[in-house]
Amino acid sequence: MTATENDKQAQRKTVMAVLAHSDPSEISGRLGTITLPDHENLREPENGLVMVRGRIGGDGAAFNLGEATVSRAAVRLSTGEVGFGYTLSRDGEKARMIALCDAMVQSDEFADLIETKVIAPLRAAMTATRNRKAAEAAATRVDFYTLVRGEG
Amino acid sequence: MYVAVKGGERAIENAHRLLAHERRGDRDVPEVSLSQISEQLSLGVDRVMTEGALYDRELAALAIKQARGDMIEAIFLVRAFRATLPRFGATEPVDTGAMQVRRRISSTFKDIPGGQILGPTFDYTHRLLDPQLAEGFSPETPETSEASLAATPRVTDILGRDGLIEPSPAADAETPVGDLTREPLSFPADRDLRLQNLARADEGFLLALGYSSQRGYGRNHPFAGEIRFGEVEIEFMAEDVGFAVPLGAIAMTECQMVNQFKGSATEAPCFTRGYGLAFGQSERKTMSMALVDRTLRARELGEEAIAPAQDEEFVMSHSDNVQATGFVEHLKLPHYVDFQSELGLLRKLRKEFAEATEAPPMQEAAE
Repeated sequence: MTATENDKQAQRKTVMAVLAHSDPSEISGRLGTITLPDHENLREPENGLVMVRGRIGGDGAAFNLGEATVSRAAVRLSTGEVGFGYTLSRDGEKARMIALCDAMVQSDEFADLIETKVIAPLRAAMTATRNRKAAEAAATRVDFYTLVRGEG
Repeated sequence: MYVAVKGGERAIENAHRLLAHERRGDRDVPEVSLSQISEQLSLGVDRVMTEGALYDRELAALAIKQARGDMIEAIFLVRAFRATLPRFGATEPVDTGAMQVRRRISSTFKDIPGGQILGPTFDYTHRLLDPQLAEGFSPETPETSEASLAATPRVTDILGRDGLIEPSPAADAETPVGDLTREPLSFPADRDLRLQNLARADEGFLLALGYSSQRGYGRNHPFAGEIRFGEVEIEFMAEDVGFAVPLGAIAMTECQMVNQFKGSATEAPCFTRGYGLAFGQSERKTMSMALVDRTLRARELGEEAIAPAQDEEFVMSHSDNVQATGFVEHLKLPHYVDFQSELGLLRKLRKEFAEATEAPPMQEAAE
């Protein structure tokens, strides 16, 4: 695989991650703000399961923890780009929207548009949620150093 | 043996209609929604997902509602549902070291890299019933403070660097990961199968076994090396896409128990470990699981297996509450034919007994 292909794959993966973390109504709201290219469903949205695996001791050999519901779909743009959508949950429409975005990311014509109008704001919202949760957790951090200083 | 019987259709139909009515309760009281259950009874949802072995908050909430809050019935419903969907495959094993931690504590070291984070916990509450909650209560927004950018490595990884704790068993590419939903259990079972069994096992059963091991039924001298709860990213190697696709994040709890050391003529003594992992915030479950994971390693570690918690066949055969309730509760189904034959046998035995005890004086004399 060439460096460019690697970059493209990494980009697709980060876009998929942002979308998988986003609320379906937020994604459809953002998609509503742009003119979508002609496309068709290559694979109709489908629900299924994946077996979630853990590792013994956190870092050892794998074991099967339990399953999770997932949805998947595939979309093809009229210009030929094929996009895939996978996400936790039984929301097939969310998987279809992810597939559409993945196809657009691969299109020279639409990559910038989808990044600025859809992915960037969703990424900002995702980061804000993470930061808020991290800040809430941080407020419950036990500060043993203070105790040590007090004793000294 | 349970034998099918005919008849009773009308009664069954009406019983289910009555059940639906009772489930709804007083119709002047607002109906509970799935999002209310998912948001406000979230630990119950976590338990149903863990023991139902299916991560889907909405389905678990529906199951709790349908089961009228009967957790084992809800777990049963979730297990039955999973049989209706195809399995696309298995995820990449999760990296709990990269968890977005919402709680993380260690009882072995006070200063751990990344710090001790209490998170949302019942610990240190006074367990006094709160009358405020009875009358609609809006809690304060949580306090925030600047989050540390430091990584939160697992405590066992830190101990492992100095060789003070045994390493986790390494992955072997040749050996497929055991799956008890696909192959029936056989003994002895490897640790991957044992952990899968314990992960879906009844929390109360594991709690009692873990407790028994602490009280001396099976040697176990554990420290909670670390308990962490938070979101873990899930990736799935999708063949059609050609790379591991991100699926989003799942909330998980992990417990690492650090146990008594072992050593031999050729190996320096080091701590041993027990492991627990579950969906959602399931702290008691993962602690119990880690205790029992360690007791079940008796054979592997050359310990004398004398207690129930060390007997893998006993533990694994009785840990599943859906199987257990199926066998216990099947007793209430019609057993009329079985019972008639037992009744017939009992009457015959009693008749023989009566004849034997009525006759004796003459018989003795004859002898």
